[in-house]
Amino acid sequence: MKLVLDDEQQQLARSARDFIAASAPLQRLRALRDTKDALGFSRDIWNQMAALGWTGIGIPEGHGGLGLGFTELCLVLEEAGRKLVPEPLISTLLLGTQALLLGGSSAQQESLLPRVAAGELILSVAYQERASRYELGKLEARAERVPNGFRLSGEKVHVLDGHVADKLVVSACAEAGITLFAVDAKAPGVHIAREHRIDSRNSASVRLDRVEVGSDSVVGPLNRGLELLTRVVDRATVGLSAEMLGSATQAFEDTLEYLKTRKQFDVPIGSFQALQHRAARLFIELSLLRATVLAAARTADEEPERLPKMASLAKARASDVFVHVANEAVQMHGGIGVTDDFHIGFYLKRARVAEVTFGDATFHRRRWAELAGY
Amino acid sequence: MSNLEAFRESIRAFIREQAPKSLYGTRRGGFDGFWGGRRARPEPDVKRWFDAALESRLTAPTWPREYGGGGLSREQARVFDEELERCALPPPLVGVGLTMIGPTLLDYGTDEQKQEHLPPIVRGEIRWAQGYSEPGAGSDLASLSTRAVLDGDCFVINGQKTWTTHADKSDYIFALVRTNANVKKQLGITFILVDMQTPGVSTRPIELISGWSPFCETFFDNVRVPAKNVVGAVDGGWTVAKALLGYERSMIGAAMSGELTTAEQSLVERARRALGASAGKLPDETLRLEIAQTAMDIEAFSWAQERLRQTVGGGQKPGPESSTLKIIGSDLKQRRWELGIRVAGPDGVGWEAPGFDERDLATTREWLRSRANTIEGGSSEIQLNIIAKQVLGLGGGK
Repeated sequence: MKLVLDDEQQQLARSARDFIAASAPLQRLRALRDTKDALGFSRDIWNQMAALGWTGIGIPEGHGGLGLGFTELCLVLEEAGRKLVPEPLISTLLLGTQALLLGGSSAQQESLLPRVAAGELILSVAYQERASRYELGKLEARAERVPNGFRLSGEKVHVLDGHVADKLVVSACAEAGITLFAVDAKAPGVHIAREHRIDSRNSASVRLDRVEVGSDSVVGPLNRGLELLTRVVDRATVGLSAEMLGSATQAFEDTLEYLKTRKQFDVPIGSFQALQHRAARLFIELSLLRATVLAAARTADEEPERLPKMASLAKARASDVFVHVANEAVQMHGGIGVTDDFHIGFYLKRARVAEVTFGDATFHRRRWAELAGY
Repeated sequence: MSNLEAFRESIRAFIREQAPKSLYGTRRGGFDGFWGGRRARPEPDVKRWFDAALESRLTAPTWPREYGGGGLSREQARVFDEELERCALPPPLVGVGLTMIGPTLLDYGTDEQKQEHLPPIVRGEIRWAQGYSEPGAGSDLASLSTRAVLDGDCFVINGQKTWTTHADKSDYIFALVRTNANVKKQLGITFILVDMQTPGVSTRPIELISGWSPFCETFFDNVRVPAKNVVGAVDGGWTVAKALLGYERSMIGAAMSGELTTAEQSLVERARRALGASAGKLPDETLRLEIAQTAMDIEAFSWAQERLRQTVGGGQKPGPESSTLKIIGSDLKQRRWELGIRVAGPDGVGWEAPGFDERDLATTREWLRSRANTIEGGSSEIQLNIIAKQVLGLGGGK
C-alpha cells in the first residue's frame, strides 16, 4: 500500500493549502462565532470551493464530480483541518455524499449528486440520538408504513451542519430493522434547532414530527440500513481523522514556532530540555498519526473490506493525539494560551468536540477488540 | 511491477525447495537466526538453510555482488523478507556484521577494507561486536577514554569497553578510540577494526536483571592493531560512528516489528487462560482494552515503519527519523511484555520452574530484558534530543 503522495496529490494538497490560507478561516470562524452568524459559514467561500471541484471531489465524473479517490478527499480535509475551516465539508462531502455513493439508488444519485458537486446542495446524516452515545444501532426514531411511503418520528442530535442542510439522511427503525431515508429539510414536521458547542463547529438537533416521505426516499436496503450506515460513518471517521491530523499538525507547528521565538530568562524557551522532549514526543505521535491516517484513507480506496478496523485505528489515535497536542500547545504557550484573543484555544476546543464525534478512543478500542474476536 | 512479481515467484520457489521444514514458524524476533562466526556451531538445518542462501547470494541480499552480496534492489530485498515472514522463517544470516558494520564499511571503508571484511560476513565466517560505550561514557559517548597511540604502523590500544554485545562469541570488534586528547572531544576519536584474537583483548560477560548475558565488558591491554584498520580519517571517527548509530537504530526498529506482530494473539491467548474464557469476549474489560490499545499502537507503528521505508526508499542512509522508530519500538516492546506479565498475574513473576509455565517464565525474562530497550542503542532521552535538535530545530540546551 502506497503511503507516500504522488506529484498530483501533493499538488492538490498545496493548492488547497494556498486557497485556505487566502480565505482567512480562523478570523472568519472567530467573527462567525462572535456575531452568532445564522449561517455559520460563508456561501461565497463555499461556492469558490465548488468551483475548485472540492464539493465533487469523490463524486464520479458522470455525476459532475472530479472522480478522485477517498485519499484525495482526505488530503483536502487535512488542509481544511489545519485552519478549522467552517464550511460544511464533513457533513456534505463525507456523510451525505458517501451515503448516496454507497447506498443511493441511481435515481437518487442522478438527481442529487450533480447538485452536490455544483455546490448547490448541502447534505448531512442525522443518526445520533440522546441515548445512543456512539452506537449507530441504538435509536428510537420510528418509520411507520403509510400509503406510498413512510411516516418518520424521532429526535436526532449533533447533526453536523443540520441547520443549513438541504437534505438529511435520517436513520429510523422501520418494521423489521434500521432503514435510512433522504428527508427534505423543509418538509412539514421537520424542526431544526441550531446547537452551539464549544468549538463553534456547526451542528443542530433535528426533531421529526410525523414527517411523511415517499418510498423512493429510502436510501439503501430496507430494514438493513445499519450496515450501510456503518460503512458511511467508517468513511466519515477516516475523513474526520484526516481533518484532526491537519488541526493537530497546525497546533503543533504554531507551538514550535512559539518555542523558538518566545524568550524567557534571556533565551528562547525552546532551548529548555523540559520543553524539547515534550515537543519531540508530540512530533513522534503526529508522525504515527500521519502514517495511520494515510493507511486508513488508502484502505478505503483499495481494500474497503478492511476499513472497519482501520477506521477505528485512525480515529482512536487521532482522538488521543489531537487532545494531547492541544493540551500541550496551550500549556507551552503559557498565559497567552488561555486567552480568547489568541487562537490556540480554538484548537483545544475543536480537539474535544472532534474526539466525541464518531466515537472516542475508548469506543474504538472496544470496537477493535470486538472485530478481532476478543 | 511484473518484474517484482516474477522475482517473488523465484523467491517462493527457492524457499519451497531449500528451506528446511523444521525452521518454518521458528522466527520470533528479528534477532533470531544464524549469527555466524568462527565459533558458531549451528544446528544442521540452520546450516543447511544458510548454505543454500549463500549459494543463491541471499545472505546479504542488498550488498554489491563484488563482495558476495545479492545486488538486490531495496524492493526485491523487501519481497525476500516478506516471503520469509510469511513462513515465519528466520533470515539465513543475522547480526552486527550484516546490519551495522557492513553498511558502514560500504559507505566509509576503503576498497581494501571492503574486500577484506565484507566477504567473510557474507559467508558467515566472521562475527562482529560493537565497542562503543565505556564505564565513563554512556549517553555522553564522545567522552570515551580508551586510548590508541601510533607506534610504527600499528595503533596500541589500552582501555575498556562495555555493553559489547556477544563480544565473547565474536571474532572482530569495531571500536571508538581516543587518538587526540587535546581537541574538542568529538574531534579526537578514531574508528578502528580489531581482530579479537590479537593478544591483549579479553572479555567478561555482564549478567543482566533478566539473568541473561548478551553483553560483555571488553578489555584492551596493549593491543597492537594495524593502522590500515582505521575506517575514515584518524581523529575523524565521530562521523563514521554517528552513521553507524543510524544503522543501529534502524536495525533495532526493524528487529522489534517482527517480535511485535504476534503480540496481540499471544496476549489474548494468555488472557483467555488466565481468565478461564476459552472464546468470545474477554471478561475483564480493563485488560481487554489494554490489549486492544497495545495491539493498535503496534499496528500504527508498523504503518509508520512502512511509510518511512517508502519515504527514505532507495537505500539512502537512515537520518534522524530512525530515532522516532527507535523510541516508539522500544516503548512498545516494554508495554507489550509488561502487559504480558500483568495478564499472567501471579504466574507472571516466576523465575524458574517447577511451579511455573515455561511460556510465562519466558515472558517474565523478556519483560526484564525489555527494560534495557529504552537505554541501549542510545537512550530514549538521547533520541529525543536528536529529534528536538535535528528535526525540530530547537537549539541550545544539552
